[in-house]
Amino acid sequence: MSGPVPGGPVVVLASRVRAEEKRIIAALRARGADCVHVDTRTLAGAPAASDRSLVLNREIGQARAAYAGSLLEARGAVVVNSAAATEVCGDKWRTALALGQAGLPVPRTHLALTPEAALAALDELGYPAVVKPLVGSWGRLVTRVADRAMAAAVLEHVAALPSPRAHIVLAQELVAGGRSVRVVVVGGEALGATWHRSEQWRANVARGASARALALRPDHAKLAARAADATGAEIAGVDLIEDAAGRTRVLEVNHGVEFTGFQDATGIDVAARIADHLIARTVRDA
Amino acid sequence: MISCPECEGAVVLAEPPHLNEIVACPECAGELEVVGVDPVALAPAPEVEEDWGE
Repeated sequence: MSGPVPGGPVVVLASRVRAEEKRIIAALRARGADCVHVDTRTLAGAPAASDRSLVLNREIGQARAAYAGSLLEARGAVVVNSAAATEVCGDKWRTALALGQAGLPVPRTHLALTPEAALAALDELGYPAVVKPLVGSWGRLVTRVADRAMAAAVLEHVAALPSPRAHIVLAQELVAGGRSVRVVVVGGEALGATWHRSEQWRANVARGASARALALRPDHAKLAARAADATGAEIAGVDLIEDAAGRTRVLEVNHGVEFTGFQDATGIDVAARIADHLIARTVRDA
Repeated sequence: MISCPECEGAVVLAEPPHLNEIVACPECAGELEVVGVDPVALAPAPEVEEDWGE
């Protein structure tokens, strides 16, 4: 027998219990689910087939989230989001690749294997453009380069970073002039949308942008649900970006969606929807 | 109420505190992690790492 035990415990995996995790745990318990919180930092193990837990992976660290998901799946657990989805969503190149292969509109994106090669890629894309690390969130180290001189200087700094992975660079066209939209998707359904208002070009809520409710357009809903599906994410915060002409592209699919700002702006109880989805999975997959 | 391990300021926790919950000390503004709930214990929260995020 495989799959989670019907009515069995739902494990919320997190090393950092934020407002989102507390809301999810409360929503699960309000529905009578046996909800257990496990600190990711305590995990260690070997493959087995005995674990029939349903695990919600809310680990904040990308490396720990990916390996924890892999370990728990190797032990028989069903992990949401899956380890594969966590790997894809946590890597901006693999995300762009998955979205592009699914036929979804994405900004023109080049992968450069060295900072030197990135300069040539940026020349081809044209300026202004964007330089991004492969891994990272909250807009961290994402840089808008206005021209070639600025790009060369930024890439010199990139080359000085100690990690070999940091030397692999994502070069992307700058999509500007429109809104930055966040759509939360749970179980294939787009729940609602916000747009981000920011004083600076990076419209990340983690960088101080404010989330404002936006009526969910059918095209945004469809695009976000397809984007989540393309990456394998059951629960996702999909970032869409509009250009000045109103054309929309998919920028990112966040597998560990932070939804407090979204929930406050829209009034949509995301934690409740996540809890309902998880409980439905314990029945569906059992 | 419990003392901040950094500045000994008074930290008031939501009832009941949750293991691994992050709270801020109102006096030194330091981030603290709830590392025990029975009895309640606080420790400086881990520094934000490079790959943290959504």
